[in-house]
Amino acid sequence: MAHSNEEIERLARLARLALPGNTVDAMRIHLDSMFGIIAQMQAVDTTNIEPMSHPQELAARLRDDAVTETDRRAAFQAVAPQAEAGLYLVPKVIE
Amino acid sequence: MSTAPLVDAPVSVLRRALDAKDISSVELATLFLERIEARDPALNAFITVERERTLAEARAADARIASGETGPLTGIPLAHKDVFCTEGLPTTCGSKMLSSFVSPYDAHVVALLKKAGAVSLGKTNMDEFAMGSSNETSYFGPARNPWKPGHVPGGSSGGSAAAVAARLAPIATGTDTGGSVRQPASFCGVTGIKPTYGLVSRYGLVAYASSLDQGGALGASAEDCALLLAAMAGFDARDSTSLDRPPENYAAALAAPPADASRPLAGLVIGLPREFFGDGMSGDIRAAIDAALVQYRALGAITREVDIPNARLAIPAYYVIAMAEASSNLSRFDGVRYGHRAAGFADLADMYCKSRGEGFGAEVQRRILAGTYVLSHGYYDAYYLQAQKLRRLIAGDFRRAFGECDLIAGPVSPVTAWALGAMSDDPAQMYLADIYTTPVNLAGLPGLSHPCGFDTGGLPVGLQLIGDYFSEARLLTAAHRFQQATGWHLRRPAPAA
Repeated sequence: MAHSNEEIERLARLARLALPGNTVDAMRIHLDSMFGIIAQMQAVDTTNIEPMSHPQELAARLRDDAVTETDRRAAFQAVAPQAEAGLYLVPKVIE
Repeated sequence: MSTAPLVDAPVSVLRRALDAKDISSVELATLFLERIEARDPALNAFITVERERTLAEARAADARIASGETGPLTGIPLAHKDVFCTEGLPTTCGSKMLSSFVSPYDAHVVALLKKAGAVSLGKTNMDEFAMGSSNETSYFGPARNPWKPGHVPGGSSGGSAAAVAARLAPIATGTDTGGSVRQPASFCGVTGIKPTYGLVSRYGLVAYASSLDQGGALGASAEDCALLLAAMAGFDARDSTSLDRPPENYAAALAAPPADASRPLAGLVIGLPREFFGDGMSGDIRAAIDAALVQYRALGAITREVDIPNARLAIPAYYVIAMAEASSNLSRFDGVRYGHRAAGFADLADMYCKSRGEGFGAEVQRRILAGTYVLSHGYYDAYYLQAQKLRRLIAGDFRRAFGECDLIAGPVSPVTAWALGAMSDDPAQMYLADIYTTPVNLAGLPGLSHPCGFDTGGLPVGLQLIGDYFSEARLLTAAHRFQQATGWHLRRPAPAA
Protein backbone atom coordinates (compact mmCIF):
# COMPACT_ATOMS: atom_id res chain seq x y z
CA MET A 1 0.00 0.00 0.00
CA ALA A 2 1.40 3.38 -0.97
CA HIS A 3 0.87 6.26 1.41
CA SER A 4 1.08 9.92 0.48
CA ASN A 5 3.01 12.60 2.34
CA GLU A 6 -0.34 14.25 3.21
CA GLU A 7 -1.47 11.01 4.81
CA ILE A 8 1.73 10.78 6.87
CA GLU A 9 1.16 14.34 8.05
CA ARG A 10 -2.46 13.53 8.97
CA LEU A 11 -1.35 10.45 10.96
CA ALA A 12 1.31 12.52 12.73
CA ARG A 13 -1.38 15.02 13.76
CA LEU A 14 -3.61 12.20 15.04
CA ALA A 15 -0.68 10.72 16.98
CA ARG A 16 0.37 14.16 18.32
CA LEU A 17 3.83 13.84 16.83
CA ALA A 18 5.70 16.81 15.39
CA LEU A 19 7.61 15.45 12.41
CA PRO A 20 10.21 17.81 10.99
CA GLY A 21 9.21 18.48 7.36
CA ASN A 22 12.38 16.93 6.00
CA THR A 23 11.63 13.56 7.64
CA VAL A 24 8.17 13.03 6.09
CA ASP A 25 9.58 11.43 2.93
CA ALA A 26 11.72 8.98 4.90
CA MET A 27 8.75 8.11 7.14
CA ARG A 28 6.54 7.48 4.11
CA ILE A 29 9.11 5.16 2.55
CA HIS A 30 9.51 3.22 5.80
CA LEU A 31 5.76 2.88 6.31
CA ASP A 32 5.30 1.66 2.73
CA SER A 33 7.98 -0.93 3.37
CA MET A 34 6.25 -2.03 6.61
CA PHE A 35 2.87 -2.29 4.94
CA GLY A 36 4.46 -4.30 2.14
CA ILE A 37 5.12 -6.98 4.77
CA ILE A 38 1.73 -6.56 6.41
CA ALA A 39 -0.16 -6.88 3.11
CA GLN A 40 0.33 -10.66 2.93
CA MET A 41 -2.06 -11.21 5.83
CA GLN A 42 -4.95 -9.46 4.08
CA ALA A 43 -5.37 -12.34 1.66
CA VAL A 44 -6.07 -14.95 4.36
CA ASP A 45 -9.69 -16.04 4.71
CA THR A 46 -10.62 -15.68 8.38
CA THR A 47 -14.39 -16.05 8.08
CA ASN A 48 -15.84 -17.53 11.29
CA ILE A 49 -12.50 -17.25 13.16
CA GLU A 50 -12.89 -15.56 16.54
CA PRO A 51 -10.27 -12.90 17.27
CA MET A 52 -7.93 -13.82 20.13
CA SER A 53 -6.84 -11.18 22.64
CA HIS A 54 -5.55 -13.36 25.50
CA PRO A 55 -4.22 -16.90 25.13
CA GLN A 56 -5.89 -18.11 28.35
CA GLU A 57 -9.34 -16.62 27.55
CA LEU A 58 -9.38 -14.83 30.90
CA ALA A 59 -12.51 -13.13 32.06
CA ALA A 60 -11.92 -9.73 33.62
CA ARG A 61 -11.21 -10.20 37.31
CA LEU A 62 -13.39 -8.40 39.83
CA ARG A 63 -12.12 -7.17 43.15
CA ASP A 64 -13.77 -5.73 46.22
CA ASP A 65 -14.57 -2.06 45.96
CA ALA A 66 -12.03 -1.09 48.61
CA VAL A 67 -9.36 1.58 48.90
CA THR A 68 -6.03 -0.09 48.13
CA GLU A 69 -3.75 2.86 47.40
CA THR A 70 -2.19 5.35 49.76
CA ASP A 71 -1.84 9.05 48.90
CA ARG A 72 1.42 9.41 46.98
CA ARG A 73 0.58 12.58 45.10
CA ALA A 74 3.78 14.35 46.11
CA ALA A 75 5.97 11.44 44.94
CA PHE A 76 4.13 11.21 41.61
CA GLN A 77 4.22 14.93 41.00
CA ALA A 78 7.91 15.11 41.85
CA VAL A 79 8.64 13.59 38.42
CA ALA A 80 6.34 15.96 36.50
CA PRO A 81 7.97 18.52 34.21
CA GLN A 82 5.94 21.27 35.92
CA ALA A 83 3.71 20.93 38.98
CA GLU A 84 2.63 23.48 41.56
CA ALA A 85 0.34 23.34 44.58
CA GLY A 86 -0.67 19.77 43.75
CA LEU A 87 -1.55 20.64 40.15
CA TYR A 88 0.09 19.73 36.86
CA LEU A 89 0.87 22.88 34.92
CA VAL A 90 0.06 23.06 31.20
CA PRO A 91 -0.27 25.99 28.77
CA LYS A 92 -3.47 27.97 29.10
CA VAL A 93 -6.28 26.38 27.02
CA ILE A 94 -9.02 29.00 27.53
CA GLU A 95 -8.33 32.55 26.42
CA MET B 1 39.36 -17.51 48.42
CA SER B 2 40.24 -16.50 44.88
CA THR B 3 37.42 -14.53 43.31
CA ALA B 4 38.36 -15.18 39.66
CA PRO B 5 36.33 -18.39 39.23
CA LEU B 6 33.28 -16.79 40.87
CA VAL B 7 32.81 -14.48 37.90
CA ASP B 8 32.10 -17.50 35.72
CA ALA B 9 30.37 -19.54 38.38
CA PRO B 10 26.75 -20.66 38.26
CA VAL B 11 24.41 -19.07 40.80
CA SER B 12 24.35 -22.32 42.80
CA VAL B 13 28.11 -22.00 43.38
CA LEU B 14 27.75 -18.34 44.38
CA ARG B 15 25.00 -19.43 46.78
CA ARG B 16 27.27 -22.01 48.44
CA ALA B 17 30.16 -19.52 48.66
CA LEU B 18 27.87 -16.95 50.33
CA ASP B 19 26.34 -19.47 52.72
CA ALA B 20 29.77 -20.85 53.65
CA LYS B 21 30.94 -17.24 54.25
CA ASP B 22 33.75 -17.81 51.75
CA ILE B 23 32.74 -14.47 50.28
CA SER B 24 30.33 -11.74 51.36
CA SER B 25 27.63 -10.26 49.19
CA VAL B 26 29.47 -6.93 49.35
CA GLU B 27 32.64 -8.60 48.02
CA LEU B 28 30.66 -10.37 45.31
CA ALA B 29 28.89 -7.17 44.26
CA THR B 30 32.22 -5.33 44.25
CA LEU B 31 33.72 -8.00 42.02
CA PHE B 32 30.99 -7.45 39.41
CA LEU B 33 30.98 -3.65 39.82
CA GLU B 34 34.71 -3.66 39.06
CA ARG B 35 34.14 -5.76 35.97
CA ILE B 36 31.43 -3.35 34.82
CA GLU B 37 33.79 -0.43 35.39
CA ALA B 38 36.58 -2.13 33.44
CA ARG B 39 34.64 -3.66 30.56
CA ASP B 40 31.39 -1.83 30.09
CA PRO B 41 32.89 1.22 28.38
CA ALA B 42 33.58 -1.08 25.41
CA LEU B 43 30.19 -2.86 25.59
CA ASN B 44 27.68 -0.20 26.70
CA ALA B 45 25.55 -2.93 28.26
CA PHE B 46 24.51 -0.72 31.18
CA ILE B 47 22.63 2.58 31.15
CA THR B 48 22.70 3.13 34.92
CA VAL B 49 25.02 1.80 37.63
CA GLU B 50 24.89 3.31 41.13
CA ARG B 51 27.68 1.73 43.12
CA GLU B 52 26.68 2.95 46.57
CA ARG B 53 23.12 1.81 46.15
CA THR B 54 24.29 -1.64 45.04
CA LEU B 55 26.65 -1.91 48.00
CA ALA B 56 23.89 -0.87 50.41
CA GLU B 57 21.70 -3.67 49.04
CA ALA B 58 24.64 -6.08 49.39
CA ARG B 59 25.20 -5.04 53.02
CA ALA B 60 21.52 -5.71 53.73
CA ALA B 61 21.87 -9.12 52.07
CA ASP B 62 24.91 -9.91 54.19
CA ALA B 63 22.91 -9.10 57.31
CA ARG B 64 20.17 -11.48 56.16
CA ILE B 65 22.69 -14.22 55.42
CA ALA B 66 24.26 -13.71 58.86
CA SER B 67 20.85 -14.12 60.49
CA GLY B 68 20.11 -17.24 58.47
CA GLU B 69 17.21 -15.70 56.46
CA THR B 70 18.53 -16.95 53.16
CA GLY B 71 16.65 -17.73 49.95
CA PRO B 72 18.09 -18.94 46.64
CA LEU B 73 18.95 -15.41 45.46
CA THR B 74 19.85 -13.66 48.73
CA GLY B 75 23.08 -11.74 48.12
CA ILE B 76 23.26 -12.73 44.42
CA PRO B 77 24.00 -9.81 42.08
CA LEU B 78 21.79 -9.29 39.04
CA ALA B 79 20.97 -6.66 36.43
CA HIS B 80 17.56 -5.32 35.41
CA LYS B 81 16.54 -4.41 31.90
CA ASP B 82 15.86 -0.68 31.96
CA VAL B 83 12.20 -1.26 31.13
CA PHE B 84 11.39 -2.32 34.73
CA CYS B 85 10.56 0.57 37.03
CA THR B 86 12.93 0.90 39.97
CA GLU B 87 12.05 3.27 42.79
CA GLY B 88 14.66 5.99 43.20
CA LEU B 89 16.80 4.82 40.28
CA PRO B 90 16.42 6.08 36.69
CA THR B 91 14.19 4.02 34.37
CA THR B 92 14.88 5.25 30.84
CA CYS B 93 13.52 2.52 28.52
CA GLY B 94 16.45 3.47 26.30
CA SER B 95 14.59 6.67 25.35
CA LYS B 96 15.21 10.39 25.48
CA MET B 97 11.56 10.61 26.55
CA LEU B 98 12.42 9.00 29.91
CA SER B 99 16.10 9.94 30.09
CA SER B 100 15.60 11.78 33.38
CA PHE B 101 12.67 9.74 34.72
CA VAL B 102 13.01 8.29 38.21
CA SER B 103 10.13 5.98 39.04
CA PRO B 104 8.24 6.57 42.29
CA TYR B 105 7.61 2.81 42.64
CA ASP B 106 9.11 -0.60 41.90
CA ALA B 107 7.85 -2.97 39.23
CA HIS B 108 6.37 -6.15 40.74
CA VAL B 109 9.35 -8.14 39.42
CA VAL B 110 11.82 -5.69 40.96
CA ALA B 111 9.98 -5.80 44.30
CA LEU B 112 9.95 -9.62 44.29
CA LEU B 113 13.68 -9.80 43.60
CA LYS B 114 14.42 -7.19 46.28
CA LYS B 115 12.36 -9.21 48.72
CA ALA B 116 14.34 -12.30 47.75
CA GLY B 117 17.49 -10.39 48.73
CA ALA B 118 18.98 -10.19 45.22
CA VAL B 119 21.40 -7.28 44.76
CA SER B 120 20.81 -5.03 41.74
CA LEU B 121 23.97 -4.01 39.86
CA GLY B 122 22.11 -1.56 37.63
CA LYS B 123 19.90 -1.13 34.59
CA THR B 124 20.76 -2.57 31.21
CA ASN B 125 20.64 -1.05 27.76
CA MET B 126 17.78 -1.86 25.40
CA ASP B 127 16.12 -0.83 22.18
CA GLU B 128 14.01 2.26 22.77
CA PHE B 129 10.77 1.16 24.46
CA ALA B 130 11.81 -2.42 23.53
CA MET B 131 11.16 -1.67 19.84
CA GLY B 132 13.98 -3.28 17.95
CA SER B 133 15.93 -6.48 17.39
CA SER B 134 19.45 -5.09 17.58
CA ASN B 135 19.72 -2.56 20.44
CA GLU B 136 20.54 0.10 17.87
CA THR B 137 17.44 2.17 18.60
CA SER B 138 18.65 2.98 22.13
CA TYR B 139 18.98 6.72 22.83
CA PHE B 140 22.12 5.82 24.79
CA GLY B 141 23.83 4.16 21.81
CA PRO B 142 23.79 0.44 21.11
CA ALA B 143 25.10 -2.20 23.49
CA ARG B 144 27.72 -4.29 21.71
CA ASN B 145 28.12 -8.01 21.28
CA PRO B 146 30.87 -9.27 23.65
CA TRP B 147 31.88 -11.90 21.07
CA LYS B 148 32.52 -9.25 18.41
CA PRO B 149 32.07 -5.66 19.55
CA GLY B 150 31.46 -4.49 15.96
CA HIS B 151 28.29 -6.62 15.95
CA VAL B 152 24.91 -6.12 17.59
CA PRO B 153 23.97 -8.01 20.77
CA GLY B 154 20.42 -8.48 19.51
CA GLY B 155 17.40 -6.89 21.06
CA SER B 156 15.54 -5.61 22.64
CA SER B 157 17.07 -7.04 25.87
CA GLY B 158 20.54 -6.70 24.28
CA GLY B 159 22.16 -5.05 27.31
CA SER B 160 21.02 -7.86 29.62
CA ALA B 161 22.29 -10.54 27.21
CA ALA B 162 25.62 -8.76 26.66
CA ALA B 163 26.07 -8.24 30.43
CA VAL B 164 25.52 -11.94 31.17
CA ALA B 165 27.74 -13.06 28.26
CA ALA B 166 30.62 -10.79 29.35
CA ARG B 167 30.04 -11.79 33.00
CA LEU B 168 29.25 -8.25 34.07
CA ALA B 169 26.30 -9.83 35.88
CA PRO B 170 25.59 -13.49 36.65
CA ILE B 171 21.91 -13.18 35.72
CA ALA B 172 19.63 -10.49 34.32
CA THR B 173 15.96 -9.75 33.79
CA GLY B 174 14.58 -9.11 30.32
CA THR B 175 11.27 -8.79 28.53
CA ASP B 176 10.07 -10.56 25.41
CA THR B 177 7.30 -9.12 23.22
CA GLY B 178 8.33 -10.71 19.91
CA GLY B 179 11.62 -12.44 20.78
CA SER B 180 13.39 -9.82 22.91
CA VAL B 181 14.76 -12.33 25.45
CA ARG B 182 15.40 -15.31 23.17
CA GLN B 183 17.02 -13.52 20.22
CA PRO B 184 19.65 -11.54 22.21
CA ALA B 185 20.32 -14.66 24.30
CA SER B 186 21.00 -16.47 21.04
CA PHE B 187 23.17 -13.64 19.62
CA CYS B 188 25.28 -13.40 22.80
CA GLY B 189 25.60 -17.13 23.57
CA VAL B 190 23.58 -17.17 26.80
CA THR B 191 20.38 -18.91 27.92
CA GLY B 192 17.09 -17.02 28.07
CA ILE B 193 13.50 -17.98 28.82
CA LYS B 194 10.23 -16.20 28.11
CA PRO B 195 7.51 -17.86 30.18
CA THR B 196 3.85 -18.39 29.40
CA TYR B 197 2.05 -15.05 28.98
CA GLY B 198 0.59 -14.11 32.36
CA LEU B 199 3.14 -15.91 34.55
CA VAL B 200 5.24 -12.81 35.30
CA SER B 201 3.45 -9.61 36.34
CA ARG B 202 3.64 -6.67 33.95
CA TYR B 203 3.04 -4.17 36.76
CA GLY B 204 5.76 -1.53 36.50
CA LEU B 205 7.06 -2.90 33.22
CA VAL B 206 6.81 0.07 30.86
CA ALA B 207 4.25 -1.14 28.31
CA TYR B 208 5.02 -1.71 24.65
CA ALA B 209 2.40 -4.20 23.42
CA SER B 210 0.37 -5.27 26.42
CA SER B 211 -1.15 -8.45 25.00
CA LEU B 212 2.35 -9.77 24.15
CA ASP B 213 4.79 -8.24 26.69
CA GLN B 214 6.18 -10.76 29.15
CA GLY B 215 9.08 -10.64 31.60
CA GLY B 216 11.79 -13.27 31.28
CA ALA B 217 15.15 -14.41 32.61
CA LEU B 218 18.67 -14.51 31.16
CA GLY B 219 21.63 -16.45 32.56
CA ALA B 220 24.55 -18.57 31.45
CA SER B 221 22.58 -21.78 31.89
CA ALA B 222 19.06 -23.16 32.19
CA GLU B 223 19.84 -23.79 35.86
CA ASP B 224 20.53 -20.08 36.48
CA CYS B 225 17.44 -19.07 34.50
CA ALA B 226 15.35 -21.51 36.57
CA LEU B 227 16.38 -19.77 39.81
CA LEU B 228 15.70 -16.30 38.45
CA LEU B 229 12.39 -17.14 36.77
CA ALA B 230 11.07 -18.85 39.89
CA ALA B 231 11.74 -15.63 41.82
CA MET B 232 10.08 -13.43 39.15
CA ALA B 233 6.90 -15.43 38.60
CA GLY B 234 3.77 -15.12 40.69
CA PHE B 235 0.26 -13.76 40.74
CA ASP B 236 -0.17 -10.00 41.03
CA ALA B 237 -3.64 -8.49 41.25
CA ARG B 238 -2.29 -5.21 39.81
CA ASP B 239 -1.81 -6.86 36.38
CA SER B 240 -5.22 -7.76 34.95
CA THR B 241 -3.65 -10.51 32.81
CA SER B 242 -1.65 -12.08 35.66
CA LEU B 243 -2.48 -15.75 36.16
CA ASP B 244 -3.25 -17.07 39.63
CA ARG B 245 -1.32 -20.33 39.78
CA PRO B 246 0.61 -22.14 42.50
CA PRO B 247 4.35 -21.33 42.41
CA GLU B 248 6.66 -23.87 40.82
CA ASN B 249 10.12 -24.85 41.99
CA TYR B 250 11.98 -25.13 38.68
CA ALA B 251 15.33 -25.79 40.39
CA ALA B 252 13.85 -28.88 42.08
CA ALA B 253 12.55 -30.10 38.71
CA LEU B 254 16.05 -29.77 37.26
CA ALA B 255 17.64 -31.53 40.23
CA ALA B 256 15.29 -34.55 40.10
CA PRO B 257 17.37 -37.51 38.92
CA PRO B 258 16.18 -39.04 35.61
CA ALA B 259 15.10 -42.69 35.58
CA ASP B 260 17.89 -43.58 33.17
CA ALA B 261 20.99 -41.43 33.75
CA SER B 262 22.53 -42.39 30.40
CA ARG B 263 19.36 -41.37 28.53
CA PRO B 264 17.89 -38.62 30.72
CA LEU B 265 15.48 -37.42 28.02
CA ALA B 266 14.17 -40.90 27.15
CA GLY B 267 10.57 -40.66 26.00
CA LEU B 268 10.66 -36.90 25.27
CA VAL B 269 9.18 -36.24 21.84
CA ILE B 270 10.58 -33.11 20.16
CA GLY B 271 8.61 -31.70 17.24
CA LEU B 272 10.47 -30.05 14.38
CA PRO B 273 8.16 -27.70 12.47
CA ARG B 274 8.67 -28.13 8.73
CA GLU B 275 8.10 -24.38 8.37
CA PHE B 276 11.12 -23.65 10.61
CA PHE B 277 13.50 -25.89 8.70
CA GLY B 278 13.03 -24.52 5.20
CA ASP B 279 15.36 -22.34 3.17
CA GLY B 280 15.17 -19.36 5.51
CA MET B 281 18.04 -20.02 7.88
CA SER B 282 21.75 -19.69 7.13
CA GLY B 283 23.86 -22.82 6.58
CA ASP B 284 25.92 -22.26 9.74
CA ILE B 285 22.80 -22.09 11.86
CA ARG B 286 21.35 -25.15 10.19
CA ALA B 287 24.53 -27.12 10.97
CA ALA B 288 24.57 -26.05 14.64
CA ILE B 289 20.85 -26.83 15.06
CA ASP B 290 21.22 -30.23 13.40
CA ALA B 291 24.16 -31.09 15.66
CA ALA B 292 22.15 -30.06 18.74
CA LEU B 293 19.30 -32.31 17.64
CA VAL B 294 21.74 -35.22 17.26
CA GLN B 295 22.75 -34.54 20.87
CA TYR B 296 19.12 -34.42 22.02
CA ARG B 297 18.53 -37.80 20.36
CA ALA B 298 21.66 -39.19 22.04
CA LEU B 299 20.10 -38.11 25.36
CA GLY B 300 17.06 -40.24 24.54
CA ALA B 301 14.70 -37.76 22.91
CA ILE B 302 12.77 -38.70 19.78
CA THR B 303 12.34 -36.10 17.05
CA ARG B 304 9.48 -35.95 14.58
CA GLU B 305 8.26 -33.43 12.06
CA VAL B 306 5.23 -31.31 12.89
CA ASP B 307 3.42 -28.48 11.09
CA ILE B 308 2.77 -24.88 12.07
CA PRO B 309 1.23 -23.93 8.71
CA ASN B 310 0.28 -20.38 9.70
CA ALA B 311 3.74 -19.52 11.10
CA ARG B 312 4.42 -17.52 7.93
CA LEU B 313 1.68 -15.08 8.98
CA ALA B 314 3.27 -14.39 12.35
CA ILE B 315 5.39 -11.42 11.24
CA PRO B 316 2.56 -9.33 9.77
CA ALA B 317 0.14 -10.30 12.56
CA TYR B 318 2.75 -9.56 15.21
CA TYR B 319 3.69 -6.16 13.83
CA VAL B 320 0.09 -5.05 13.39
CA ILE B 321 -0.81 -6.01 16.97
CA ALA B 322 2.43 -4.67 18.47
CA MET B 323 2.27 -1.35 16.61
CA ALA B 324 -1.43 -0.83 17.36
CA GLU B 325 -0.94 -1.50 21.06
CA ALA B 326 2.23 0.61 21.10
CA SER B 327 0.47 3.62 19.58
CA SER B 328 -2.16 3.34 22.29
CA ASN B 329 0.24 2.65 25.19
CA LEU B 330 2.68 5.40 24.23
CA SER B 331 -0.06 8.03 24.11
CA ARG B 332 0.58 8.40 27.86
CA PHE B 333 3.81 10.26 27.12
CA ASP B 334 2.47 13.76 26.77
CA GLY B 335 5.03 15.86 28.61
CA VAL B 336 2.55 16.61 31.40
CA ARG B 337 2.88 14.02 34.18
CA TYR B 338 6.38 12.67 33.50
CA GLY B 339 8.94 12.39 30.74
CA HIS B 340 10.37 14.90 28.31
CA ARG B 341 8.67 18.25 27.76
CA ALA B 342 9.75 20.45 24.86
CA ALA B 343 11.30 23.77 25.87
CA GLY B 344 9.26 25.97 23.53
CA PHE B 345 5.68 25.60 22.23
CA ALA B 346 2.74 27.71 21.10
CA ASP B 347 -0.11 25.99 22.95
CA LEU B 348 -1.13 22.70 24.60
CA ALA B 349 -1.46 20.72 21.35
CA ASP B 350 1.88 22.06 20.16
CA MET B 351 3.43 21.05 23.50
CA TYR B 352 2.20 17.46 23.06
CA CYS B 353 3.44 17.27 19.47
CA LYS B 354 6.86 18.80 20.11
CA SER B 355 7.47 16.87 23.34
CA ARG B 356 6.66 13.58 21.59
CA GLY B 357 8.49 14.54 18.39
CA GLU B 358 11.64 15.35 20.36
CA GLY B 359 11.33 12.59 22.97
CA PHE B 360 10.78 9.57 20.70
CA GLY B 361 13.38 8.19 18.30
CA ALA B 362 12.68 7.32 14.66
CA GLU B 363 11.73 3.65 15.12
CA VAL B 364 9.29 4.45 17.94
CA GLN B 365 7.74 7.20 15.79
CA ARG B 366 7.39 4.79 12.85
CA ARG B 367 5.59 2.23 15.00
CA ILE B 368 3.32 4.86 16.58
CA LEU B 369 2.33 6.16 13.13
CA ALA B 370 1.77 2.69 11.71
CA GLY B 371 -0.22 1.76 14.83
CA THR B 372 -2.29 4.93 14.55
CA TYR B 373 -3.01 4.04 10.94
CA VAL B 374 -4.17 0.45 11.60
CA LEU B 375 -6.43 1.61 14.43
CA SER B 376 -7.89 4.55 12.55
CA HIS B 377 -11.49 4.72 11.40
CA GLY B 378 -12.30 2.20 8.71
CA TYR B 379 -9.10 0.16 9.06
CA TYR B 380 -9.56 -1.53 12.44
CA ASP B 381 -11.28 -4.67 11.08
CA ALA B 382 -8.89 -5.05 8.16
CA TYR B 383 -5.78 -4.87 10.31
CA TYR B 384 -6.06 -5.28 14.10
CA LEU B 385 -9.05 -7.63 14.07
CA GLN B 386 -7.62 -9.64 11.18
CA ALA B 387 -4.31 -9.94 13.07
CA GLN B 388 -6.13 -11.18 16.18
CA LYS B 389 -7.86 -13.82 14.06
CA LEU B 390 -4.51 -14.94 12.66
CA ARG B 391 -3.33 -15.13 16.25
CA ARG B 392 -5.98 -17.71 16.94
CA LEU B 393 -5.00 -19.70 13.83
CA ILE B 394 -1.35 -19.73 14.94
CA ALA B 395 -2.27 -20.74 18.52
CA GLY B 396 -4.41 -23.53 17.02
CA ASP B 397 -1.46 -24.77 14.96
CA PHE B 398 0.64 -25.06 18.12
CA ARG B 399 -2.20 -26.80 19.98
CA ARG B 400 -2.40 -29.44 17.26
CA ALA B 401 1.40 -29.81 17.16
CA PHE B 402 1.53 -30.36 20.92
CA GLY B 403 -0.87 -33.24 20.40
CA GLU B 404 2.00 -34.97 18.63
CA CYS B 405 5.04 -33.84 20.64
CA ASP B 406 6.15 -32.61 24.07
CA LEU B 407 8.39 -29.77 22.95
CA ILE B 408 9.15 -27.99 19.70
CA ALA B 409 12.71 -27.20 18.63
CA GLY B 410 14.06 -24.92 15.94
CA PRO B 411 16.20 -21.88 15.27
CA VAL B 412 15.82 -18.62 17.19
CA SER B 413 16.86 -16.42 14.29
CA PRO B 414 17.62 -17.09 10.62
CA VAL B 415 20.96 -15.26 11.02
CA THR B 416 23.59 -14.72 13.71
CA ALA B 417 24.40 -11.26 15.09
CA TRP B 418 24.84 -8.80 12.25
CA ALA B 419 27.35 -5.94 12.05
CA LEU B 420 26.24 -2.67 13.65
CA GLY B 421 24.38 -0.61 11.06
CA ALA B 422 24.02 -3.47 8.56
CA MET B 423 20.20 -3.47 8.73
CA SER B 424 19.58 0.18 9.56
CA ASP B 425 18.65 1.34 6.06
CA ASP B 426 15.49 -0.73 5.87
CA PRO B 427 14.07 -1.44 9.32
CA ALA B 428 11.31 -3.57 7.78
CA GLN B 429 13.97 -6.07 6.67
CA MET B 430 15.01 -6.46 10.31
CA TYR B 431 11.40 -7.36 11.18
CA LEU B 432 11.66 -10.45 8.97
CA ALA B 433 14.41 -11.86 11.22
CA ASP B 434 11.76 -12.29 13.96
CA ILE B 435 10.11 -15.10 11.99
CA TYR B 436 10.83 -17.91 14.49
CA THR B 437 10.17 -15.99 17.71
CA THR B 438 6.97 -14.00 17.07
CA PRO B 439 4.65 -17.03 16.65
CA VAL B 440 5.43 -18.00 20.26
CA ASN B 441 4.39 -14.57 21.59
CA LEU B 442 1.21 -14.53 19.51
CA ALA B 443 0.21 -17.91 20.95
CA GLY B 444 1.32 -16.84 24.47
CA LEU B 445 3.54 -19.93 24.84
CA PRO B 446 6.80 -20.28 26.77
CA GLY B 447 10.04 -20.31 24.76
CA LEU B 448 13.69 -20.75 25.61
CA SER B 449 16.95 -20.17 23.76
CA HIS B 450 20.17 -21.95 24.67
CA PRO B 451 23.60 -21.82 23.02
CA CYS B 452 24.30 -24.71 20.64
CA GLY B 453 27.35 -23.69 18.60
CA PHE B 454 29.01 -20.94 16.60
CA ASP B 455 28.96 -19.72 13.02
CA THR B 456 32.13 -19.67 10.93
CA GLY B 457 32.76 -16.08 12.07
CA GLY B 458 32.82 -17.11 15.76
CA LEU B 459 29.39 -15.73 16.68
CA PRO B 460 27.05 -17.81 18.86
CA VAL B 461 24.04 -19.75 17.56
CA GLY B 462 21.03 -20.48 19.76
CA LEU B 463 18.51 -23.32 19.68
CA GLN B 464 14.92 -22.43 20.47
CA LEU B 465 12.74 -24.77 22.51
CA ILE B 466 9.01 -24.02 22.62
CA GLY B 467 6.68 -25.64 25.13
CA ASP B 468 2.95 -25.90 25.71
CA TYR B 469 1.37 -23.50 28.23
CA PHE B 470 2.96 -23.72 31.70
CA SER B 471 5.64 -26.19 30.60
CA GLU B 472 8.51 -23.99 31.85
CA ALA B 473 9.83 -26.82 34.07
CA ARG B 474 9.93 -29.20 31.11
CA LEU B 475 11.65 -26.62 28.87
CA LEU B 476 14.25 -25.78 31.48
CA THR B 477 14.86 -29.45 32.31
CA ALA B 478 15.40 -30.39 28.66
CA ALA B 479 17.89 -27.52 28.23
CA HIS B 480 19.57 -28.45 31.52
CA ARG B 481 20.05 -32.07 30.41
CA PHE B 482 21.56 -30.80 27.16
CA GLN B 483 23.87 -28.49 29.09
CA GLN B 484 24.92 -31.27 31.48
CA ALA B 485 26.13 -33.21 28.43
CA THR B 486 27.66 -30.35 26.42
CA GLY B 487 29.83 -27.28 26.97
CA TRP B 488 28.43 -24.59 24.68
CA HIS B 489 26.98 -22.66 27.62
CA LEU B 490 30.41 -22.61 29.29
CA ARG B 491 32.16 -20.78 26.43
CA ARG B 492 33.05 -17.19 27.23
CA PRO B 493 34.04 -14.35 24.89
CA ALA B 494 37.59 -13.03 25.16
CA PRO B 495 37.67 -9.60 26.83
CA ALA B 496 37.37 -6.81 24.26
CA ALA B 497 40.72 -5.24 23.49
